[in-house]
Amino acid sequence: MDGIHDLGGMHGFGPIEVEVDAPLFKEAWQARTHVITGLARGRLGLKIDKFRHSIERLDALTYLGAGYYGRWLASLEQLLVEEGILEASELVERSRALAAGEPLTPSSATGGKIEAKRGGGGTAFREVAQQPRFEPGTAVRARNMHPSGHTRLPGYAKGKQGAVAAIYPACVFPDTNAHDLGENPQHLYSVRFSGEELWGNDAEAQSQIYLDLFESYLEPSHE
Amino acid sequence: MSEHTHDPSSAELRTEALESLLREKGLIDSAEIDKIIRRYEEDIGPMRGAQVVAKAWTDPQFRERLLADGNAAIAELGFEGPQMDRLEVKENTDQVHNVVVCTLCSCYPWAVLGLPPSWYKEPAYRSRVVREPRRVLHEMGLDLPETTEVRVWDSSAEVRYMVLPQRPQGTEAMTEEELATIIGRDAMIGVGTVSTPGSDG
Repeated sequence: MDGIHDLGGMHGFGPIEVEVDAPLFKEAWQARTHVITGLARGRLGLKIDKFRHSIERLDALTYLGAGYYGRWLASLEQLLVEEGILEASELVERSRALAAGEPLTPSSATGGKIEAKRGGGGTAFREVAQQPRFEPGTAVRARNMHPSGHTRLPGYAKGKQGAVAAIYPACVFPDTNAHDLGENPQHLYSVRFSGEELWGNDAEAQSQIYLDLFESYLEPSHE
Repeated sequence: MSEHTHDPSSAELRTEALESLLREKGLIDSAEIDKIIRRYEEDIGPMRGAQVVAKAWTDPQFRERLLADGNAAIAELGFEGPQMDRLEVKENTDQVHNVVVCTLCSCYPWAVLGLPPSWYKEPAYRSRVVREPRRVLHEMGLDLPETTEVRVWDSSAEVRYMVLPQRPQGTEAMTEEELATIIGRDAMIGVGTVSTPGSDG
Protein backbone atom coordinates (compact mmCIF):
# COMPACT_ATOMS: atom_id res chain seq x y z
CA MET A 1 0.00 0.00 0.00
CA ASP A 2 1.12 3.57 -0.66
CA GLY A 3 1.06 4.47 3.03
CA ILE A 4 2.78 6.85 5.39
CA HIS A 5 5.19 4.05 6.43
CA ASP A 6 6.82 4.16 2.99
CA LEU A 7 9.13 6.97 3.99
CA GLY A 8 12.15 6.55 1.70
CA GLY A 9 12.94 9.82 -0.08
CA MET A 10 10.28 11.99 1.56
CA HIS A 11 11.09 15.55 2.54
CA GLY A 12 9.94 17.38 5.62
CA PHE A 13 11.00 15.30 8.60
CA GLY A 14 13.75 17.60 9.80
CA PRO A 15 17.16 16.80 11.25
CA ILE A 16 18.23 13.45 12.68
CA GLU A 17 17.86 13.75 16.43
CA VAL A 18 20.51 11.72 18.18
CA GLU A 19 20.21 11.26 21.90
CA VAL A 20 23.46 10.45 23.66
CA ASP A 21 23.34 7.60 26.17
CA ALA A 22 19.61 7.04 25.67
CA PRO A 23 18.24 4.11 27.70
CA LEU A 24 17.23 1.02 25.75
CA PHE A 25 13.60 1.64 26.69
CA LYS A 26 12.58 5.13 27.73
CA GLU A 27 9.45 4.03 29.53
CA ALA A 28 8.50 0.77 31.17
CA TRP A 29 5.46 0.23 28.93
CA GLN A 30 7.68 0.32 25.84
CA ALA A 31 9.75 -2.59 27.11
CA ARG A 32 6.60 -4.52 28.02
CA THR A 33 4.99 -3.81 24.65
CA HIS A 34 8.13 -5.00 22.91
CA VAL A 35 8.19 -8.30 24.79
CA ILE A 36 4.41 -8.88 24.81
CA THR A 37 4.36 -8.42 21.05
CA GLY A 38 7.10 -10.98 20.56
CA LEU A 39 5.51 -13.52 22.86
CA ALA A 40 1.98 -13.02 21.52
CA ARG A 41 3.14 -13.24 17.92
CA GLY A 42 5.04 -16.45 18.59
CA ARG A 43 2.32 -18.12 20.61
CA LEU A 44 -0.54 -17.15 18.34
CA GLY A 45 1.39 -17.83 15.15
CA LEU A 46 0.92 -14.24 13.96
CA LYS A 47 3.22 -13.80 11.00
CA ILE A 48 5.71 -10.95 10.89
CA ASP A 49 4.26 -9.85 7.52
CA LYS A 50 0.84 -9.55 9.11
CA PHE A 51 2.22 -7.55 12.01
CA ARG A 52 4.10 -5.19 9.68
CA HIS A 53 0.97 -4.68 7.63
CA SER A 54 -1.03 -3.99 10.76
CA ILE A 55 1.40 -1.14 11.51
CA GLU A 56 1.09 0.18 7.95
CA ARG A 57 -2.70 0.25 8.25
CA LEU A 58 -2.68 2.58 11.23
CA ASP A 59 -4.01 5.95 10.19
CA ALA A 60 -1.26 8.36 9.19
CA LEU A 61 -1.63 10.64 12.19
CA THR A 62 -1.35 7.73 14.61
CA TYR A 63 1.59 6.34 12.67
CA LEU A 64 3.54 9.57 12.95
CA GLY A 65 2.33 10.63 16.38
CA ALA A 66 2.50 7.43 18.41
CA GLY A 67 6.22 6.76 18.09
CA TYR A 68 7.80 3.38 17.46
CA TYR A 69 6.37 1.46 20.39
CA GLY A 70 3.07 3.32 20.19
CA ARG A 71 2.78 1.90 16.68
CA TRP A 72 3.58 -1.58 17.97
CA LEU A 73 0.95 -1.30 20.68
CA ALA A 74 -1.78 0.03 18.38
CA SER A 75 -1.08 -2.55 15.70
CA LEU A 76 -0.96 -5.43 18.19
CA GLU A 77 -4.33 -4.35 19.62
CA GLN A 78 -5.71 -4.11 16.08
CA LEU A 79 -4.39 -7.52 15.09
CA LEU A 80 -5.56 -9.32 18.24
CA VAL A 81 -9.07 -7.95 17.71
CA GLU A 82 -9.09 -8.90 14.02
CA GLU A 83 -7.86 -12.40 14.81
CA GLY A 84 -10.61 -12.89 17.39
CA ILE A 85 -8.23 -13.18 20.36
CA LEU A 86 -9.61 -10.12 22.14
CA GLU A 87 -12.57 -7.84 21.66
CA ALA A 88 -12.06 -4.12 21.30
CA SER A 89 -14.56 -3.56 24.13
CA GLU A 90 -12.50 -5.77 26.45
CA LEU A 91 -9.43 -3.62 25.91
CA VAL A 92 -11.36 -0.42 26.52
CA GLU A 93 -13.06 -1.79 29.62
CA ARG A 94 -9.85 -3.16 31.08
CA SER A 95 -7.99 0.16 30.58
CA ARG A 96 -10.90 1.99 32.17
CA ALA A 97 -10.92 -0.33 35.19
CA LEU A 98 -7.16 0.06 35.61
CA ALA A 99 -7.43 3.85 35.37
CA ALA A 100 -10.18 3.88 37.99
CA GLY A 101 -8.19 1.57 40.25
CA GLU A 102 -11.05 -0.94 40.38
CA PRO A 103 -10.37 -4.57 41.24
CA LEU A 104 -10.13 -6.54 37.99
CA THR A 105 -12.75 -9.11 37.16
CA PRO A 106 -11.69 -11.68 34.59
CA SER A 107 -12.99 -10.75 31.17
CA SER A 108 -15.32 -13.24 29.55
CA ALA A 109 -15.82 -11.58 26.18
CA THR A 110 -13.83 -14.03 24.07
CA GLY A 111 -13.84 -17.01 26.33
CA GLY A 112 -11.15 -18.55 28.50
CA LYS A 113 -7.65 -19.83 27.96
CA ILE A 114 -6.03 -20.05 24.57
CA GLU A 115 -3.71 -22.86 23.62
CA ALA A 116 -0.34 -21.54 22.48
CA LYS A 117 0.76 -22.66 19.05
CA ARG A 118 4.12 -24.20 18.40
CA GLY A 119 6.55 -23.37 15.66
CA GLY A 120 5.25 -19.94 14.73
CA GLY A 121 8.74 -18.60 14.11
CA GLY A 122 11.48 -19.98 11.92
CA THR A 123 13.21 -18.77 8.83
CA ALA A 124 11.39 -17.02 5.97
CA PHE A 125 13.74 -18.59 3.43
CA ARG A 126 12.50 -21.53 1.36
CA GLU A 127 13.79 -23.92 -1.29
CA VAL A 128 12.13 -23.40 -4.66
CA ALA A 129 12.40 -25.58 -7.75
CA GLN A 130 12.56 -22.93 -10.44
CA GLN A 131 15.76 -21.14 -11.39
CA PRO A 132 16.16 -17.42 -10.70
CA ARG A 133 14.89 -15.38 -13.64
CA PHE A 134 17.67 -12.79 -13.40
CA GLU A 135 21.44 -13.22 -13.23
CA PRO A 136 23.80 -10.96 -11.32
CA GLY A 137 24.62 -7.92 -13.45
CA THR A 138 21.29 -8.04 -15.31
CA ALA A 139 19.57 -4.68 -15.83
CA VAL A 140 16.11 -4.81 -14.26
CA ARG A 141 13.32 -2.35 -13.64
CA ALA A 142 11.18 -2.25 -10.52
CA ARG A 143 7.58 -2.52 -11.61
CA ASN A 144 5.23 0.41 -11.37
CA MET A 145 2.76 -1.44 -9.15
CA HIS A 146 0.53 -0.02 -6.43
CA PRO A 147 -1.26 -2.81 -4.58
CA SER A 148 -3.59 -1.68 -1.79
CA GLY A 149 -2.32 -4.44 0.49
CA HIS A 150 1.08 -5.24 1.97
CA THR A 151 4.15 -4.96 -0.21
CA ARG A 152 7.87 -4.57 0.40
CA LEU A 153 8.60 -2.63 -2.78
CA PRO A 154 9.38 0.89 -1.57
CA GLY A 155 7.69 3.65 -3.54
CA TYR A 156 10.92 5.46 -4.35
CA ALA A 157 12.16 2.53 -6.46
CA LYS A 158 8.99 1.97 -8.49
CA GLY A 159 9.58 2.31 -12.22
CA LYS A 160 13.31 2.79 -11.70
CA GLN A 161 16.10 0.87 -13.38
CA GLY A 162 18.76 -0.95 -11.43
CA ALA A 163 21.08 -3.91 -11.74
CA VAL A 164 21.00 -7.24 -9.94
CA ALA A 165 23.88 -7.18 -7.44
CA ALA A 166 23.27 -10.60 -5.85
CA ILE A 167 20.77 -13.45 -5.73
CA TYR A 168 19.61 -14.38 -2.24
CA PRO A 169 17.83 -17.59 -1.30
CA ALA A 170 14.13 -17.70 -2.15
CA CYS A 171 11.91 -16.25 0.54
CA VAL A 172 8.27 -16.24 1.62
CA PHE A 173 6.44 -13.56 -0.37
CA PRO A 174 5.15 -10.92 2.07
CA ASP A 175 2.52 -9.54 -0.34
CA THR A 176 0.49 -12.76 -0.13
CA ASN A 177 1.64 -14.09 3.24
CA ALA A 178 0.45 -10.97 5.07
CA HIS A 179 -3.07 -11.62 3.80
CA ASP A 180 -3.18 -15.39 4.47
CA LEU A 181 -2.98 -16.00 0.73
CA GLY A 182 -0.06 -18.41 0.96
CA GLU A 183 3.68 -18.23 1.29
CA ASN A 184 4.37 -18.26 -2.46
CA PRO A 185 8.15 -18.26 -1.95
CA GLN A 186 10.12 -16.65 -4.74
CA HIS A 187 13.64 -15.52 -5.50
CA LEU A 188 14.95 -12.48 -3.75
CA TYR A 189 17.57 -10.15 -5.23
CA SER A 190 19.85 -7.42 -4.03
CA VAL A 191 19.27 -4.72 -6.64
CA ARG A 192 21.53 -1.69 -7.00
CA PHE A 193 20.11 1.68 -8.08
CA SER A 194 22.26 4.72 -8.71
CA GLY A 195 21.46 7.92 -6.87
CA GLU A 196 20.97 9.64 -10.25
CA GLU A 197 18.39 7.05 -11.34
CA LEU A 198 16.37 7.55 -8.15
CA TRP A 199 16.75 11.28 -7.57
CA GLY A 200 17.84 12.73 -10.92
CA ASN A 201 19.90 15.90 -10.82
CA ASP A 202 19.20 16.28 -7.11
CA ALA A 203 21.16 13.13 -6.27
CA GLU A 204 24.36 13.35 -4.27
CA ALA A 205 27.56 12.34 -6.08
CA GLN A 206 28.70 8.72 -5.94
CA SER A 207 25.75 7.20 -4.14
CA GLN A 208 24.32 3.74 -4.75
CA ILE A 209 21.17 2.46 -3.06
CA TYR A 210 20.67 -1.29 -2.66
CA LEU A 211 17.21 -2.78 -2.08
CA ASP A 212 16.18 -6.39 -1.48
CA LEU A 213 13.45 -7.06 -4.03
CA PHE A 214 11.32 -10.08 -4.82
CA GLU A 215 11.35 -11.50 -8.34
CA SER A 216 7.78 -10.48 -9.10
CA TYR A 217 8.64 -6.84 -8.30
CA LEU A 218 11.09 -6.86 -11.21
CA GLU A 219 10.95 -6.91 -14.98
CA PRO A 220 13.78 -7.06 -17.51
CA SER A 221 15.04 -3.67 -18.59
CA HIS A 222 16.20 -3.21 -22.15
CA GLU A 223 18.12 -0.04 -21.80
CA MET B 1 2.95 0.84 39.33
CA SER B 2 1.64 2.85 42.26
CA GLU B 3 1.90 6.26 40.62
CA HIS B 4 0.69 5.47 37.15
CA THR B 5 -1.50 7.58 34.95
CA HIS B 6 -5.27 7.68 35.21
CA ASP B 7 -5.79 8.22 31.50
CA PRO B 8 -7.28 4.99 30.13
CA SER B 9 -6.17 5.89 26.60
CA SER B 10 -2.51 6.25 27.61
CA ALA B 11 -0.04 3.79 26.17
CA GLU B 12 0.89 2.83 29.71
CA LEU B 13 -2.60 1.69 30.69
CA ARG B 14 -3.35 0.15 27.31
CA THR B 15 -0.19 -1.93 27.67
CA GLU B 16 -1.20 -2.97 31.16
CA ALA B 17 -4.67 -3.87 29.90
CA LEU B 18 -3.23 -5.96 27.09
CA GLU B 19 -0.83 -7.72 29.42
CA SER B 20 -3.50 -8.57 31.99
CA LEU B 21 -5.94 -9.85 29.36
CA LEU B 22 -3.34 -12.02 27.64
CA ARG B 23 -2.27 -13.30 31.05
CA GLU B 24 -5.86 -14.35 31.75
CA LYS B 25 -5.85 -16.20 28.45
CA GLY B 26 -2.83 -18.12 29.65
CA LEU B 27 -0.70 -16.82 26.78
CA ILE B 28 1.86 -14.81 28.71
CA ASP B 29 3.30 -14.64 32.18
CA SER B 30 4.47 -11.36 33.72
CA ALA B 31 7.57 -12.86 35.36
CA GLU B 32 8.63 -14.17 31.97
CA ILE B 33 8.22 -10.68 30.48
CA ASP B 34 10.41 -9.22 33.24
CA LYS B 35 13.05 -11.84 32.54
CA ILE B 36 13.12 -11.17 28.80
CA ILE B 37 13.36 -7.41 29.39
CA ARG B 38 16.37 -7.99 31.64
CA ARG B 39 17.98 -10.10 28.94
CA TYR B 40 17.53 -7.31 26.39
CA GLU B 41 18.95 -4.76 28.79
CA GLU B 42 21.90 -6.84 29.93
CA ASP B 43 22.89 -9.41 27.33
CA ILE B 44 21.77 -8.45 23.84
CA GLY B 45 23.55 -5.42 22.51
CA PRO B 46 26.19 -4.07 20.17
CA MET B 47 28.99 -5.74 22.15
CA ARG B 48 28.31 -8.85 20.13
CA GLY B 49 28.83 -6.97 16.88
CA ALA B 50 31.98 -5.39 18.31
CA GLN B 51 33.39 -8.84 19.06
CA VAL B 52 32.60 -9.93 15.51
CA VAL B 53 34.36 -6.87 14.05
CA ALA B 54 37.40 -7.24 16.33
CA LYS B 55 37.79 -10.84 15.28
CA ALA B 56 37.48 -9.92 11.61
CA TRP B 57 40.23 -7.30 12.06
CA THR B 58 42.62 -9.74 13.67
CA ASP B 59 41.80 -12.98 11.84
CA PRO B 60 41.85 -12.62 8.03
CA GLN B 61 40.32 -16.04 7.48
CA PHE B 62 37.42 -15.23 9.81
CA ARG B 63 36.97 -11.96 7.90
CA GLU B 64 36.66 -13.91 4.65
CA ARG B 65 34.11 -16.27 6.19
CA LEU B 66 32.18 -13.36 7.70
CA LEU B 67 31.88 -11.55 4.37
CA ALA B 68 30.92 -14.78 2.59
CA ASP B 69 28.34 -16.08 5.11
CA GLY B 70 27.53 -13.84 8.03
CA ASN B 71 25.31 -16.27 9.91
CA ALA B 72 27.81 -19.12 9.80
CA ALA B 73 30.64 -16.83 10.92
CA ILE B 74 28.81 -15.34 13.91
CA ALA B 75 27.62 -18.80 14.92
CA GLU B 76 31.32 -19.60 15.48
CA LEU B 77 31.15 -17.01 18.28
CA GLY B 78 27.96 -18.53 19.63
CA PHE B 79 25.75 -15.71 18.36
CA GLU B 80 22.35 -16.31 16.94
CA GLY B 81 19.12 -14.64 17.76
CA PRO B 82 15.85 -13.12 16.82
CA GLN B 83 15.04 -11.33 13.59
CA MET B 84 17.97 -12.57 11.62
CA ASP B 85 17.40 -15.22 8.98
CA ARG B 86 20.35 -13.99 6.97
CA LEU B 87 23.13 -11.61 7.91
CA GLU B 88 25.09 -9.77 5.23
CA VAL B 89 28.22 -7.97 6.36
CA LYS B 90 29.41 -5.10 4.15
CA GLU B 91 33.01 -3.99 4.42
CA ASN B 92 34.11 -0.38 4.39
CA THR B 93 37.28 0.43 2.43
CA ASP B 94 39.07 3.57 1.31
CA GLN B 95 36.83 3.53 -1.78
CA VAL B 96 33.46 2.42 -0.36
CA HIS B 97 31.45 3.42 2.69
CA ASN B 98 28.34 1.42 3.64
CA VAL B 99 25.35 2.55 5.68
CA VAL B 100 22.23 0.61 6.72
CA VAL B 101 18.56 1.66 6.92
CA CYS B 102 15.05 0.22 6.73
CA THR B 103 12.81 2.78 5.02
CA LEU B 104 9.60 0.71 5.33
CA CYS B 105 9.81 -0.16 9.03
CA SER B 106 12.89 -0.50 11.23
CA CYS B 107 14.54 -3.82 10.35
CA TYR B 108 17.88 -4.15 12.12
CA PRO B 109 20.33 -6.97 12.94
CA TRP B 110 19.15 -7.46 16.55
CA ALA B 111 21.27 -10.57 17.07
CA VAL B 112 24.56 -8.68 16.65
CA LEU B 113 23.66 -5.06 17.43
CA GLY B 114 20.83 -5.38 19.93
CA LEU B 115 17.82 -3.13 19.55
CA PRO B 116 18.17 -0.08 17.28
CA PRO B 117 18.67 3.45 18.62
CA SER B 118 15.64 5.75 18.48
CA TRP B 119 16.89 7.84 15.56
CA TYR B 120 17.16 4.68 13.41
CA LYS B 121 13.39 4.15 13.85
CA GLU B 122 12.32 7.74 13.30
CA PRO B 123 11.02 9.18 10.00
CA ALA B 124 13.91 11.67 9.58
CA TYR B 125 16.60 9.00 9.20
CA ARG B 126 14.39 6.55 7.30
CA SER B 127 13.25 9.16 4.76
CA ARG B 128 16.52 10.96 4.23
CA VAL B 129 19.43 8.53 4.23
CA VAL B 130 18.44 6.97 0.89
CA ARG B 131 18.14 10.37 -0.76
CA GLU B 132 20.99 12.36 0.80
CA PRO B 133 23.29 9.94 2.61
CA ARG B 134 26.30 12.29 2.67
CA ARG B 135 24.30 15.09 4.20
CA VAL B 136 22.82 12.76 6.82
CA LEU B 137 26.25 11.36 7.69
CA HIS B 138 27.64 14.88 7.89
CA GLU B 139 24.87 15.83 10.34
CA MET B 140 25.77 12.79 12.39
CA GLY B 141 29.42 13.81 12.47
CA LEU B 142 30.92 11.81 9.61
CA ASP B 143 32.35 13.60 6.58
CA LEU B 144 33.28 11.35 3.69
CA PRO B 145 35.73 12.29 0.92
CA GLU B 146 33.94 13.10 -2.35
CA THR B 147 35.75 10.25 -4.03
CA THR B 148 34.28 7.67 -1.63
CA GLU B 149 31.30 5.79 -3.00
CA VAL B 150 28.41 5.63 -0.54
CA ARG B 151 26.35 2.45 -0.55
CA VAL B 152 23.04 2.59 1.28
CA TRP B 153 21.49 -0.77 2.17
CA ASP B 154 17.69 -0.52 2.52
CA SER B 155 16.63 -3.66 4.43
CA SER B 156 13.41 -4.19 2.49
CA ALA B 157 13.17 -8.00 3.00
CA GLU B 158 14.41 -10.54 5.59
CA VAL B 159 18.13 -9.98 4.98
CA ARG B 160 19.83 -8.00 7.75
CA TYR B 161 22.89 -5.82 7.23
CA MET B 162 25.85 -4.92 9.37
CA VAL B 163 28.84 -2.79 8.41
CA LEU B 164 32.41 -3.96 8.94
CA PRO B 165 34.15 -0.66 9.69
CA GLN B 166 37.77 0.10 8.84
CA ARG B 167 40.34 -0.59 11.51
CA PRO B 168 41.85 2.72 12.60
CA GLN B 169 45.55 3.49 12.28
CA GLY B 170 47.60 3.12 15.41
CA THR B 171 45.76 0.07 16.77
CA GLU B 172 48.25 -2.49 15.47
CA ALA B 173 49.42 -3.42 18.96
CA MET B 174 45.93 -3.91 20.37
CA THR B 175 44.53 -7.38 21.06
CA GLU B 176 41.19 -8.64 19.77
CA GLU B 177 39.67 -8.09 23.22
CA GLU B 178 41.01 -4.53 23.43
CA LEU B 179 39.79 -3.73 19.94
CA ALA B 180 36.28 -4.91 20.79
CA THR B 181 36.05 -2.18 23.44
CA ILE B 182 36.60 0.67 20.95
CA ILE B 183 34.05 -0.44 18.33
CA GLY B 184 30.75 1.37 18.70
CA ARG B 185 27.28 0.67 17.40
CA ASP B 186 27.18 3.63 15.03
CA ALA B 187 30.23 2.37 13.13
CA MET B 188 28.45 -0.94 12.53
CA ILE B 189 25.34 0.84 11.22
CA GLY B 190 27.63 2.97 9.07
CA VAL B 191 26.81 6.40 10.49
CA GLY B 192 30.17 6.58 12.24
CA THR B 193 33.68 5.19 12.13
CA VAL B 194 35.99 3.73 14.74
CA SER B 195 38.55 6.15 16.19
CA THR B 196 41.98 5.36 17.55
CA PRO B 197 41.81 5.50 21.34
CA GLY B 198 43.23 8.75 22.65
CA SER B 199 42.63 10.61 19.40
CA ASP B 200 39.91 13.23 19.26
CA GLY B 201 38.54 11.28 16.42
